[in-house]
Amino acid sequence: MLLITCPWCGPRDEIEFTCGGEAHRARPQDPAATDDAAFADFLFMRTNPKGLQRERWCHSQGCRRWFNLERSTITHEITRIYKMGEQPEASADATSPARQGGQP
Amino acid sequence: MKQPFRTAQGGRIDRSRPVFFTFNGRQYAGHAGDTLASALLANGVHLVGRSFKYHRPRGILSAGCEEPSALVQLEKGGLTEPNMRAPVVELYDDLAATSQNAWPSVEHDIGAVNGLLSKLFVAGFYYKTFMSPKSFWMKVYEPFIRRAAGLGKAPTEGDLDIYDKMHAHCDVLVVGGGPAGLAAARAAAASGARVILIDEQNELGGALLSADELIDGNPALDWVAGIQAELLANPEVRILTRTTVTGYYDHNYLIAAQRRTDHLPRRAAGKTARQRLWKIRAARVVLATGAHERPLVFADNDRPGVMLAAAARTYANRYGALVGKKVVVFTNNDSAYEAAFDLKIAGAAIPAIVDLRPEAGQGLLERARNLGIPVIAQGAIVGVKGTKRVAGALVMRLAEAGEAFADTQPAELECDAIAMSGGWSPAVHLFSQSQGKLRFDDAKACFVPDVAAQHQASVGACNGSFELGACLAEGLDAGAAAAEAAGFPATAKLVAPVAQSRAFGTIKQTWVVPSLRPVGHGKAKHFIDFQNDVTAADVALAHREGYKHVEHLKRYTTMGMATDQGKTSNVNALGYLSTMLGTSIPEIGTTTFRAPYTPVTFGTLAGRDVGHLADPERHTPIHAWHVARGALFEDVGQWKRAWYYPRPGETMEAAVSRECRAVRESVGVLDASTLGKIDVQGQDAVTFLNLLYTSAFSKLEIGKARYALLCKEDGMVMDDGIVARVGPSRFYLTTTTGGAAKVLDWMEDYLQTEWPHLKVYLTSITEQWTVAQVAGPKARAVLEKLTDTKLDKESFPFMAVKDATVAGLKARIFRVSFTGELSFEVAVPAHQGKQLWEAIFAAGDEFGITPFGTEAMHVLRAEKGFIIVGQETDATVTPQDLGMGGMVSRLKPDFVGKRAYTRADTARVDRKQLVGLLTDEPQTVLPEGAQLVEVSDDPALTKGGTSPLPAPVPMIGHVTSSYWSPTLGRSIALALVKGGSARHGQVIMAPLTTGAVRCTITGPVFYDAEGKRANG
Ligand SMILES: [Zn+2]
Repeated sequence: MLLITCPWCGPRDEIEFTCGGEAHRARPQDPAATDDAAFADFLFMRTNPKGLQRERWCHSQGCRRWFNLERSTITHEITRIYKMGEQPEASADATSPARQGGQP
Repeated sequence: MKQPFRTAQGGRIDRSRPVFFTFNGRQYAGHAGDTLASALLANGVHLVGRSFKYHRPRGILSAGCEEPSALVQLEKGGLTEPNMRAPVVELYDDLAATSQNAWPSVEHDIGAVNGLLSKLFVAGFYYKTFMSPKSFWMKVYEPFIRRAAGLGKAPTEGDLDIYDKMHAHCDVLVVGGGPAGLAAARAAAASGARVILIDEQNELGGALLSADELIDGNPALDWVAGIQAELLANPEVRILTRTTVTGYYDHNYLIAAQRRTDHLPRRAAGKTARQRLWKIRAARVVLATGAHERPLVFADNDRPGVMLAAAARTYANRYGALVGKKVVVFTNNDSAYEAAFDLKIAGAAIPAIVDLRPEAGQGLLERARNLGIPVIAQGAIVGVKGTKRVAGALVMRLAEAGEAFADTQPAELECDAIAMSGGWSPAVHLFSQSQGKLRFDDAKACFVPDVAAQHQASVGACNGSFELGACLAEGLDAGAAAAEAAGFPATAKLVAPVAQSRAFGTIKQTWVVPSLRPVGHGKAKHFIDFQNDVTAADVALAHREGYKHVEHLKRYTTMGMATDQGKTSNVNALGYLSTMLGTSIPEIGTTTFRAPYTPVTFGTLAGRDVGHLADPERHTPIHAWHVARGALFEDVGQWKRAWYYPRPGETMEAAVSRECRAVRESVGVLDASTLGKIDVQGQDAVTFLNLLYTSAFSKLEIGKARYALLCKEDGMVMDDGIVARVGPSRFYLTTTTGGAAKVLDWMEDYLQTEWPHLKVYLTSITEQWTVAQVAGPKARAVLEKLTDTKLDKESFPFMAVKDATVAGLKARIFRVSFTGELSFEVAVPAHQGKQLWEAIFAAGDEFGITPFGTEAMHVLRAEKGFIIVGQETDATVTPQDLGMGGMVSRLKPDFVGKRAYTRADTARVDRKQLVGLLTDEPQTVLPEGAQLVEVSDDPALTKGGTSPLPAPVPMIGHVTSSYWSPTLGRSIALALVKGGSARHGQVIMAPLTTGAVRCTITGPVFYDAEGKRANG
């Protein structure tokens, strides 16, 4: 159960939130002018990194606001939380080495 | 009653309070403060059960939660619980326990023949012995294994007890109330931090409860009492005893199971919550979970009476129960000497301490000599006399190196118990669950915490620090550091108390003790996993068959996979595997520790969320009326919707037909309150809705509504509903009943993330309105009696929306239709819904007004070919597939989904498209979900059944909705069929197990295709 700090409400349990997947995948400004390959990339392809990933979350059982966070997909450590429209610099990947070689 | 193995004095039992209990139907007496195990031992009872696979007689191995052998079934009926570990069951008046895995009795067990057939039960026996013939598995093998192997009996009655849950937050959570944990809690609390201290035992003290150590020159338990008093007086400290932290999850989220009444007589069942699940979020965690002693793996080491040395010491010192009158101690380290000394002082004879090492730790030999205990250095127990109880130990001296013996014949030492110690395994389970990384400490022969992954520290024995002084010092430091990290700097450093220090000494890594015949030869068995009956021979066999990875070994032998999760066995198995592989334990690694640390009852996990509280139910304001009218209900999301209203003696089919006829011929009313409703306001509302829905709203007049589709970016239908314009920049949307929350989240997503510049405000108003759908040719006549608003076709045309007064209530009327009939949906504020509803029924009485439920609604809409999202659609269906291409705007430059319609896949002409199906035989109603294929003559396909299997044929679609249509007097179905829009009139078939059903593809609208009735 992650502890997520909503930028508006403060720290709350994960069950109050819904995850909207990878962040910063903007909808094409002019979809009609986007070719098939680029549009398919927008629709279907995700980075799925091992390490830090930026994600969209919605405090759907609270203030209903969407926001972004940066989370390690290895340790689940949340390294940044920021509002929509912001795009802070990436954190150094401080993912603990303890998690890197975990057993399945 | 006499307790022949009770010590003369001492222990933490109350000798003035006898407690009577039964075991296998026989009455015994113990004392208040006993556990079931200590009371049985005091009565000389060692044989408590039969083992899982071989049904070997099994006794009590340990004195704690790691117990793999002494599992009993507690109580009967609605109070029964299987797999209870006797050493952690606190004794209470009239406790009733029985043996498991034994039939007809633990003394005379028929399954013990399994022991003779043990060649059948070797490693991987599930995969080998019972493989062929295939038909034997279900009929012969499985029932045999189930009866032979059952680990206790699952309850068949409902649980009489109640359970609950608590949420808690703290700055520092200390897990374990032994010396290290108490020191940590004390230091953290002294800084002002909020502290929760949890211990699984009935009282604080941990290992000190079993020992005779001194702290600051006084008995250690005086120190414990002092700390406890200090913590109890601190309002920021919460102490939970009889509570086990069973799970350690992300971000310092831990789960603990508290046993609140388990130690009390069962008479109080159901009055107080028996167990409580704690969900704790801690800023910092200090783990002080102690260590478990390991058995030695020697021949016949599972005889009742063979037990862990520290457990024997605990039974003597803490419970005043001797595990035997003559106890041979067998060890590879110093710690068992303390057990030998204390047992001797408590009154037992110690025929010998058999030490695998050439030399014991400093001073031990002298203490042994003073107590008159012989020590056999470099000795080994090579066999055990006795079957249901130890009668003697066969001892030989080892040659200086290797497996060879210095003696030619074993010497027999007469004894009635053997206390063994194979070293200690720190309880790193929670550390490991929290994703911390372990390292193998070769000198201590155990895994210890290495790198933590969360905000935590391990102290004391669980950190590999086995000496009391180190436990106290580590605890104080970690407690202060944890509090400081949580924002509570220490005011003054606490001075660590002075503890009488006993060096831990050296340990000899002997993973399997040499025996007279090699492992796997002869009758002797060397048990590693006592609960799952895995022997050294099984591990050796698995190794010979190529299982070299520890995770494979575990699954193949089932080693460590019982409910004890291998607390006493994992390291021994790894050690033995490493000697066979010729590698080191660190190279092999260890298996993954998983929650729960010890078993948790389902009741605790469920808490109060059972029965009608299992899931919230949502009721409309009309619910009581539906109930009074005998409605049956259908679950739609969390809503209870009236399904149909059978009259006395009426079948479902008859009731639904009657309700459908009422709507088609006169008038019916549906409670439509559950549909999702969203209020949209703001100057950019039109722009916003144009971007979301497939159709355009710029020209939608105030007072008009439109049926509209929501699609995702991939062009697939996501939801549908009505969009009504009720003001220049205000709209009222409906969604499906199940999709309401999802649609609102989704709209907010676009509003907040893609188009934050739009001034639009979304509000859920689902529960603010009660909606009565009045449908049928007489709908207008009914409502005209209740309102002055003109309802004729010219004044109130199809798809119009008006505010009106209905039955004296402020209302909004929507002229929309989901049944294909003339229909008005009347919405009033929720609290007035019942009043509206009753007024409508009073007004409609003269027309035979009939309530109809969701089933009739489904039939009526299917007759009209109207889709239900989630039934006709499944996230792979576009509006064009549904024949609704006309609702997809070509003029709007952009909306969600538009770009997808020109992708090659969505533009394919052979996509599955919505069609109607009419069976050749009009009485036949196709099952929903039936697959559709081209017509074939293959009798295997047309006749159904499974023998012979028909040759594979391509599936060209499936049935999405299927009903008996009372209006048409025949069956109807909707289906998605490849290229179906171009195949009207063609015949296909549905191959069912009862035979193929031929049907003709038609358009999806079966009734009033011109829509005259709804428009009338
Ligand atoms: Zn919030």
